[in-house]
Amino acid sequence: MRRFIPSLTPHTLMIGAGLIFGVLAALLVKWGNPANMGFCAACFLRDITGALGLHRAEPAQYIRPEILGLVLGSTIAALAFREFRTRGGSSPLVRFLLGALTMIGALVFLGCPVRALLRLAGGDLNGITALAGLIFGAFVGILLLKRGFNLGRSVKMPTLPGWLFPAFVVILLLFAIFTPYFIFSSASGPGSLHPALWISLVVGLGIGFLAQRTRMCFVGGWRDLMLIKDFHLFSLIIAFFVGALVTNAILGQIGHWSFTGQPIAHDNHLWNFLSMTLVGLGATLLGGCPLRQLVLSGQGDTDAAVTVLGMVAGAAVAHNFGLASSAKGVTIFGVWTIGIGLAITLLIGLLMRERRQA
Amino acid sequence: MIEVDARGFSCPIPVVRTKEAIDRKPNTPLVVLVDNEVSKENVSRLARSRGYSVEVETAEDGFRLLLSPLAK
Repeated sequence: MRRFIPSLTPHTLMIGAGLIFGVLAALLVKWGNPANMGFCAACFLRDITGALGLHRAEPAQYIRPEILGLVLGSTIAALAFREFRTRGGSSPLVRFLLGALTMIGALVFLGCPVRALLRLAGGDLNGITALAGLIFGAFVGILLLKRGFNLGRSVKMPTLPGWLFPAFVVILLLFAIFTPYFIFSSASGPGSLHPALWISLVVGLGIGFLAQRTRMCFVGGWRDLMLIKDFHLFSLIIAFFVGALVTNAILGQIGHWSFTGQPIAHDNHLWNFLSMTLVGLGATLLGGCPLRQLVLSGQGDTDAAVTVLGMVAGAAVAHNFGLASSAKGVTIFGVWTIGIGLAITLLIGLLMRERRQA
Repeated sequence: MIEVDARGFSCPIPVVRTKEAIDRKPNTPLVVLVDNEVSKENVSRLARSRGYSVEVETAEDGFRLLLSPLAK
């Protein structure tokens, strides 16, 4: 494996990984996942949050094995290529907060940057509004990066803390397999729609492995395009979209091209745009989209693990406090939180600077 | 020699810092210190796209990247 993969150029590997991921994401819908939700880092973490009983939205409770596989696939790849390093100490509490706000943004839109592409690839034109918001958020993030924003340096740590998150994921996997009585599982709604556990797990492991090797990131692609005119990560986004679109077309999974009546979606353009602005901005300041944070958590980055825990907290808050949207539309508390979240994130972006070396 | 110390920072800060250093003094050799594989790859990709050759030395706490402008 180590001999085979380096023989591919990083760019070919990235495009290949994007295509494979896109095809698999569309296939996961055929195999049982909710429509236009073959893979969604935010929605699936939200479902896991619900399965643990941290929120009580009954249709959104299931330990999604794709997420567990994603983290463990990254761990396996990092070990195989000797890249497992325990690091931490770069503003964990700020990362927790940014993770939570990013998750709330995703749950007001109803999808992470990955699902925004999948929704578009399934005919849901709200994906365009969402991507516009995401790109705008990343653009604002770049301005802050250029001003000197950063969350501080991380340091190398003893190995143990880096293993805590993968260990937690293994425990979640045991919960998913043995479904003890305290784990919630949706009887109806999106949380009840899923393939067999092993299918989701194997796909997740494969994507996690590829994601660790390619460093794929669904916000970084837009960021690098604008910041340094680099197409490397962006080619992933295009390949992923094409893979999903073509597979959806072949499988007849594209319903109708419109803004209305789309699965697990609403068509409030203003708040689709602004909620994904929050996601784009938050993820740019965090250095990666929710998927990337999960992958980094699997390879010993405890700052990313804290970010993921922040996302779990954000999912709990979003459903417990009635912030998350539904097919009926946004909620009044949800849009207020997006406004406040944007203000907090901007403030963090403006205030967290390191004095420059001359 | 300009030195950019990006150790401890993760993507995209090392790239932003390197880009700034290149823009401030174009066509000058510079050394970039990074402490992880991803930053090494990203900074190298940026440097090559800006017409620099990249020499990677393994240092005790990461990598030392020597970027030299290619003669035009």
